[in-house]
Amino acid sequence: MADIHKLAQMFQELDDQLVGCMRCGMCQAVCPVFAQTGREADVTRGKLALLDGLAHEMLSDAEGVNEKLNRCLLCGTCQSNCPSGVKIMDIFLKARAIMTGYFGLSPVKRAIFRGMLKNPKLFNALTDMGAKFQGLFTKKVDDLLGSSCARFNAPVIGDRHFRTLAEKPLHKLVPALDTPAGKSGIRVALYVGCVIDKMFPHVGQSIIKVLERHGVGVFMPSGQACCGIPALSSGDTETFDSLVGINMERFGTGEFDYLVTGCATCTSTIKELWPRMYQGPSAQKYDIAALERKTMDISQFLVDILKLEPKDATGGKSVTYHDPCHLKNALGITAQPRTLIKAAGCGFKEMAEAGVCCGCGGSFNIAHYELSREIGGRKAENIVASGAGTVATSCPACMLQITDMLSRKKAGVDVKHVIELYADGC
Amino acid sequence: MSKDAITKDFEAAVGADNVMTSETDRHAYSYDAAVLDSVMPALVVRPTTSEALGKATKLCNDNGLPLTVRGAGTNLSGGTIPHPGGVVVLTNGLNRILEINEEDMYAVVEPGVVTAKFAAEVAKRGLFYPPDPGSQTVSTLGGNVAENAGGLRGLKYGVTKDYVMGMDFWDVNGELVKSGSRTVKCVTGYNLAGLMVASEGTLGVFDKIILKLIPPAQSAKSMMAIFPSMKAASETVAAIIANKIVPATLEMMDNFTIRTVENFRGAGLPVDAAALLLIEVDGHPAQVADEAAKVEDLCRKNGATELKVAKDAAERDAVWQARRDALPALAKLKPTCVLEDATVPRSKIPAMIEALDEISKKFDLTIGTFGHAGDGNLHPTILTDKRDKKEWERVEHAIDEIFDRALALGGTLSGEHGIGMAKSKYLEQETSRATLEYSRRMKSVLDPKGILNPGKIIGPKSEG
Ligand SMILES: Cc1cc2nc3c(=O)[nH]c(=O)nc-3n(C[C@H](O)[C@H](O)[C@H](O)COP(=O)(O)OP(=O)(O)OC[C@H]3O[C@@H](n4cnc5c(N)ncnc54)[C@H](O)[C@@H]3O)c2cc1C
Ligand code: SF4
Ligand code: SF4
Ligand code: SF4
Repeated sequence: MADIHKLAQMFQELDDQLVGCMRCGMCQAVCPVFAQTGREADVTRGKLALLDGLAHEMLSDAEGVNEKLNRCLLCGTCQSNCPSGVKIMDIFLKARAIMTGYFGLSPVKRAIFRGMLKNPKLFNALTDMGAKFQGLFTKKVDDLLGSSCARFNAPVIGDRHFRTLAEKPLHKLVPALDTPAGKSGIRVALYVGCVIDKMFPHVGQSIIKVLERHGVGVFMPSGQACCGIPALSSGDTETFDSLVGINMERFGTGEFDYLVTGCATCTSTIKELWPRMYQGPSAQKYDIAALERKTMDISQFLVDILKLEPKDATGGKSVTYHDPCHLKNALGITAQPRTLIKAAGCGFKEMAEAGVCCGCGGSFNIAHYELSREIGGRKAENIVASGAGTVATSCPACMLQITDMLSRKKAGVDVKHVIELYADGC
Repeated sequence: MSKDAITKDFEAAVGADNVMTSETDRHAYSYDAAVLDSVMPALVVRPTTSEALGKATKLCNDNGLPLTVRGAGTNLSGGTIPHPGGVVVLTNGLNRILEINEEDMYAVVEPGVVTAKFAAEVAKRGLFYPPDPGSQTVSTLGGNVAENAGGLRGLKYGVTKDYVMGMDFWDVNGELVKSGSRTVKCVTGYNLAGLMVASEGTLGVFDKIILKLIPPAQSAKSMMAIFPSMKAASETVAAIIANKIVPATLEMMDNFTIRTVENFRGAGLPVDAAALLLIEVDGHPAQVADEAAKVEDLCRKNGATELKVAKDAAERDAVWQARRDALPALAKLKPTCVLEDATVPRSKIPAMIEALDEISKKFDLTIGTFGHAGDGNLHPTILTDKRDKKEWERVEHAIDEIFDRALALGGTLSGEHGIGMAKSKYLEQETSRATLEYSRRMKSVLDPKGILNPGKIIGPKSEG
């Protein structure tokens, strides 16, 4: 194995941030992974202690530490509740980058990130092809949710009830847009994001429909790349930098007042991580900080900027709302999506623990499916207990996870993005 | 026996999934919330049944392995830092509330139940469990009993010991000892449950705990009073008590803490105020109205420059939020935050405040002080960076002096955080040689091999 001393030195650079943890243990109250396992190495305090142990060469099992570090949803709940204000997400992402630099990227991830994500055209072509052939490998299980499961024994899919790739992705339905500001006098850029593009094109269409309805001009360039979070959370800063670079080429020069997205994860990545973690050349060419200031979640835009107001529910659907971590913890946005649901004319029912993570966490769901499912199972129970017929959220990744959980339970509850409710009415 | 053979025995006792041997897992149990060096255990086990807990205890004793029980690991005195080569026994797999008896107002719990979850379950049944340590969202009831934890309501409602009616605990031989009962009155045998309170894992391993519940107060009123000096504030505290009013909570903050909290949340605290009192009276509505008026009057008489009475639940929450923010706000200022809990008789609070002022100047340290003025339990909080060796030495001297001064004023080493490893060296100073001898003799009979949390409270055996 490579030199552990060298690894320790790299971690030493994190020391100033690590030392802020006073080991009070209060993160035990909020960490969804810890709630399932009760193990200290799974909670923030434990993970920070392990990194500290590596930095000071008190530990020799770097692989073991890496394994524990990855048992984390990066949901940010701990950070938003930490009394000491430790910049936990920064530490975790930097630590993952160090680990990946040290151990190297796994061949599968290398193929996905560097071979595919980095090249949006190829990514699109591959998923387009996938959409055509997926019927061969999957069978429908729930018509309401449109979920399927694997027909054959496929290791990555396991027995998930997943949403298949859309027959036509958004980039096929609406390749690009560039319309002037209408009666609102506002023009926004629309950042689509992979999951909306490839799995929930209807969410993208709903955003466009609503923006048009309110006389908002839309700038949606073609050739958008992934926001980079999958690469960054696997420590692949090289791919991350190149993805941010591609997107800055698309959006950096455009004339628009706001950049909106329908994906909580993308919004928080653009706002929180692009400015802080990007180290590529575009930083000189484009003003990432300016883009960050313009970036908004779609419901935040509609409620804060266009001033949408709740309506009295008149026999519409009863809807509950799941707070995506990346909106609630990272950006503190909880009121606007609820307002949007009410503005759609739906009856709103608050569920218990609405702000607790659904357990998806991107690749966490793949690497630690059992845990992810336990966390999600509790979410599904809370959704069902709310008595609502529909659960809405603001993150397509959450939609995937919640769909899996509800489909598995045969709960008969529909899953929607808040913008779909507002676009289509309740 | 070989290490592997011992591991196998533990696996047989608690289940293979519940035995942790990896370096990373063990490292994660090498510390607690105290600012002390960590120590790696040899093994970590997580029993999920009462029997498994007993078996694990016996196995440790049979093999002469030091045993440290761990709840949430939030104690601030090193109570769960393991002994080298020892075994950490986790209780968070034992987290069932076994019974809440509304008729007879008691509850039976396993030791790993989280305090706030328990209090919430009790509240759902219309009853009240008052002890509310600042760590209650994570601390366990077993840990609370072992530390005799107290909270904001200590003044009127007492601390954990006032709610322990009985307990089953495992002795080192893995035999179950029973003490106390489900009745309010019980003088059967020695008060062994009482002996277990504040024993910090050195005398037995708690299994089931019987806790007293009470009816909740019908109404409450909170207020915030602002004073031109700490002296005026502490005299007000004395005056309130002297007038036979026992508020549910009576908290104090110094100017440094006020400014820090205000910077942190910007809730509109008076940054020029030298001291703040946060007061809540509760009980029958008529009594609350009467006492609140008296408290207001006493505050003004003693020089309060401003008085805000919370009009509704939201304002009341805001008052308590300010208090809850004290530690987080202070903790953000510097990397290391040493929270002490020297406690003095109420009347000596002004003297103690003065002493803390001198100490901070003498050692050139930043100390923020807040705390439970009503019961004399202060939290001088030293803000520092442990990596600064020179400053850290001054911190250690300052801590010594804080305890010297508190004891000289007739106070005690710890109001609620326990002795653990952090303060065992001062124990004789507060008590006597004979006290230490008596405690060590008692321990040596109950735990002849000295496996139960060695080094805590009464210090290393060799000193005896
Ligand atoms: C932010 C913060 C705020 C705090 N506020 C307060 C406060 O307001 N009041 C207060 O009193 N304390 C406070 N504390 C200290 C601490 O939380 C309490 O002492 C608490 O009771 C510890 O509970 P625990 O479950 O974490 O126990 P641990 O820290 O795990 O253990 C504490 C001691 O109990 C022993 N123990 C635990 N379980 C058992 C068992 N089943 N059998 C035998 N021994 C056992 C352990 O061996 C150890 O010696 C605070 C701590 C923090 C970090
Ligand atoms: S809450 Fe924050 S300071 Fe406390 S242990 Fe967790 S990470 Fe550390
Ligand atoms: S980010 Fe989420 S899962 Fe990861 S440690 Fe923090 S609370 Fe736990
Ligand atoms: S998908 Fe689930 S895990 Fe990801 S941000 Fe949304 S809530 Fe958290």
